[in-house]
Amino acid sequence: MGAYDFDHAVDIAWCPGCGNFRILESVKDALDELELDPANVVFVSGIGQAAKTPQYLNAHYFNGLHGRTLPPATAIKASNPELIVIAESGDGDMYGEGGNHFMHAIRRNPDITNIVHNNMVYALTKGQASPTTRQGFVTPVQVHGVTQEPFNPVAVAIALDASFVARAFAGDARQTTDLIKKAITHKGYALVDIFQPCVTYNKVNTYGWFKQNTYTLEESYDPTDREAAFRKATEPGKFPLGVLYIKEGKPTFEEGLSLYRQDARPLYQRTVDMEMLRGLVDSMRT
Amino acid sequence: MSIVFSGQAGQGLQTLEALLTRMLKRSGYNVFSYSEFMSRIRGGNNSTQVRVSSRRVFSYTRRIDLFVPLHENAMERFHDRITQETVILGDRAFIEEQYLDGHHPVLEVPINEVAREKGGAVYANTVLLGILAGLFFVDSDLMHEEIRMILSGLGEDRLQKNLDASDEGYERSKKLLKPGQAAVSIERTAEVRDEVLTDGINAVGLGGLAGGCTFVSSYPMSPSTGVLVFFTKKAESSGVVVEQAEDEISAVNMAIGSWYAGGRALVTTSGGGYALMVEGLSLAGCIESPLVIHLGQRPGPATGLPTRTEQADLQFALYSGHGEFPRAILAPGTHEQGFSHTRHAFYLADKYQVPVFILTDQFFLERRYNVPDLDTSKVYDQRFIVQTRADYRRYALTENGVSPRGIPGFGEGRVRADSDEHDEDGFITEDFSTRTAMVNKRLKKLSGLQMEVFPPQLFGPEDYRNLVVCWGSSLHAVQEGLDMLGRDDTAILHYSQVYPLAEVTAEYLERAHKKIVVESNATAQFARLVRSETGIAFDGAILKYSGLPLMPEDVCEGLHEKLGKKESTHGRL
Ligand SMILES: Cc1ncc(C[n+]2csc(CCOP(=O)(O)OP(=O)(O)O)c2C)c(N)n1
Ligand code: SF4
Ligand SMILES: [Mg+2]
Repeated sequence: MGAYDFDHAVDIAWCPGCGNFRILESVKDALDELELDPANVVFVSGIGQAAKTPQYLNAHYFNGLHGRTLPPATAIKASNPELIVIAESGDGDMYGEGGNHFMHAIRRNPDITNIVHNNMVYALTKGQASPTTRQGFVTPVQVHGVTQEPFNPVAVAIALDASFVARAFAGDARQTTDLIKKAITHKGYALVDIFQPCVTYNKVNTYGWFKQNTYTLEESYDPTDREAAFRKATEPGKFPLGVLYIKEGKPTFEEGLSLYRQDARPLYQRTVDMEMLRGLVDSMRT
Repeated sequence: MSIVFSGQAGQGLQTLEALLTRMLKRSGYNVFSYSEFMSRIRGGNNSTQVRVSSRRVFSYTRRIDLFVPLHENAMERFHDRITQETVILGDRAFIEEQYLDGHHPVLEVPINEVAREKGGAVYANTVLLGILAGLFFVDSDLMHEEIRMILSGLGEDRLQKNLDASDEGYERSKKLLKPGQAAVSIERTAEVRDEVLTDGINAVGLGGLAGGCTFVSSYPMSPSTGVLVFFTKKAESSGVVVEQAEDEISAVNMAIGSWYAGGRALVTTSGGGYALMVEGLSLAGCIESPLVIHLGQRPGPATGLPTRTEQADLQFALYSGHGEFPRAILAPGTHEQGFSHTRHAFYLADKYQVPVFILTDQFFLERRYNVPDLDTSKVYDQRFIVQTRADYRRYALTENGVSPRGIPGFGEGRVRADSDEHDEDGFITEDFSTRTAMVNKRLKKLSGLQMEVFPPQLFGPEDYRNLVVCWGSSLHAVQEGLDMLGRDDTAILHYSQVYPLAEVTAEYLERAHKKIVVESNATAQFARLVRSETGIAFDGAILKYSGLPLMPEDVCEGLHEKLGKKESTHGRL
């Protein structure tokens, strides 16, 4: 039993065979292998099937609103930089409803890990198209098939010069675990977009399909070359798996906050400086 | 005495306002100022009213005693406010023909010419400042000191030119009055010199610091932006995380995230921005997060009048958010309350784990006057967070509905906050009896909030015949308006907390023969709230929603009409 397992049975609301189970195991393995104390690990999620993940592991969590995973995650890290913060949710949550936050979280660069279960569908609401749904995919709403170009999260993240961008496939547990570990240990915003088969609402992008349509990046691949990374992220054909892009040395959001430069204490340990306040009021007398 | 400067955007009215009010206050005059301005960066016509008095002054009046036009057409919007008693001071070129008929007192000063002699038209405002300093017998050293302070960024050369320009104005003021003609005779008070000169922005901002605010996330929107800027300026020295979010949705979700992790967060916004925050309000309600929302009202709907004032978002603040959960709404009337109530908002939010509003408006935030003090001795520093034990349950059911609030990283327990309905541990549940228990738990907190309500304040006779009810920033205009009317059978009841509604409300209202509500909105929103809570209806309403602040004259005329003749039977013999 790992540090993130419960000592009692958990009633999990996922379909048997769902890729979410694999991701849950990979996440727990990554945390255990990194020997991170659950008392310091905070999961932040939105709403969706993927967003239920934090319910099933023994850490802190903030299960907020659909699409609003990244703003609280950013603020939690900024309010207590000692915490390990993992923002984990679905493709609809992160790239659809929360698309604006996705962009700006990358720009802000908080030192958090952003895990996205990319099943190319809105599962919880029973199978409508998500931003990453492939063209032609038929749903109860997109009855003639999706016509729009799918959203490419890794390309967008590289375009925004994100500090860490990786892609995984839930079917490859070892690789997924390793990529999550790299993302957590990376300083700065780290995206891990994980292909996740949804066995109930996505009969097209199955385990087999993902296996056939992905490949692992070669050993020789240099993730610090942004142009090459962008080419990889956008090349037609099979999807590359692995660390696509790393931008080292980017200052994090928390590092940019002047208050921590003078005093590293998290916000909850601070009290009102009465003298400072008195001084401010008195400065308005003259 | 009421002075109005009428200029264009970009003409430096704000600097003039700051310089003049500081200088006059430090000379011992009570001051008040408010600028009404258009939503544009250049041109148009804006005006600043500065009131100078031996008594405290707090409201914006229709009356103008001294009018200073600073550009062509500067008088156009003021025809109805300039009377034959209004002294017009300034460049002849800016004074309309009709006012040069001999029936209007005019003090001609070639301000622009003098300014050009002193180095350029940009010095016109300091020439004018010098003239006013002279008329108000301000010590010229004090005038220099203020100019040096406020214009310190200009560089030595331009600073010196400003000082020279002000000296020239000061000299000219001596020659303005004919022998025997009285200059300004307003009594000065030594104590006023050292009082605190503040606008609502600083009052709210300082109150936030006193309340232990450590996190501010917002998106700019007039008139709430000043509070964001306040915290940005103070971030370094006072340890506050300040972030301009990508939108208001992000801002409110960040603030809630910060509370979850031990921060004490505030968002500052206006109606349109708050509309985007509404889902966050409901989130705070469900996960039982404290949240402090400064909502600076401006006229809507939609973009409305971006730079004007109104009190029309009360019902919005009250009823926004899906689902049922408690909240508190504070509406400071004075700058002292702007300070104390913002501090109090952090206490209430933290103690009851609910969203608390500070409902102000553009007039409240921008008006400036001197107050004896902002009481910093009562810094609110109580923390309601607990160190968790291994068996910690975030939503433990308790007597009063409040569960001890733990935060991650402080103790051994797990802190689970969930926007889905949850059990005591914070796990998602669809169990109907748990659901019912959780709704009851959350709503129970309203009783606690009710016990800590700021009661309304009564001004005037206890045995009133008529009662004038107002809330938030309308207080001073109502007080001055009733003073003008001079009725001693009428009292004022002011609410600085509008929700939960104080339980004494019915008692006050039942004692009145006539009940009049005064509000800056079109539909008497507070009156509706009172009626829904007490069943009592008002006999009349004085409502203003032009975008300009409520003025004492509005109240005086409105009450005159609504109250009719004073009943001679009213016995206080
Ligand atoms: C504001 C809001 N809009 C819509 C919903 C309904 N909703 C819940 S989850 C979801 C989409 C979930 O898709 P995704 O994030 O990809 O998660 P998945 O279920 O596929 O794991 C939607 C539309 C909601 N909860 N809140
Ligand atoms: S609906 Fe799809 S995503 Fe949800 S649990 Fe079932 S298989 Fe997994
Ligand atoms: Mg999905």
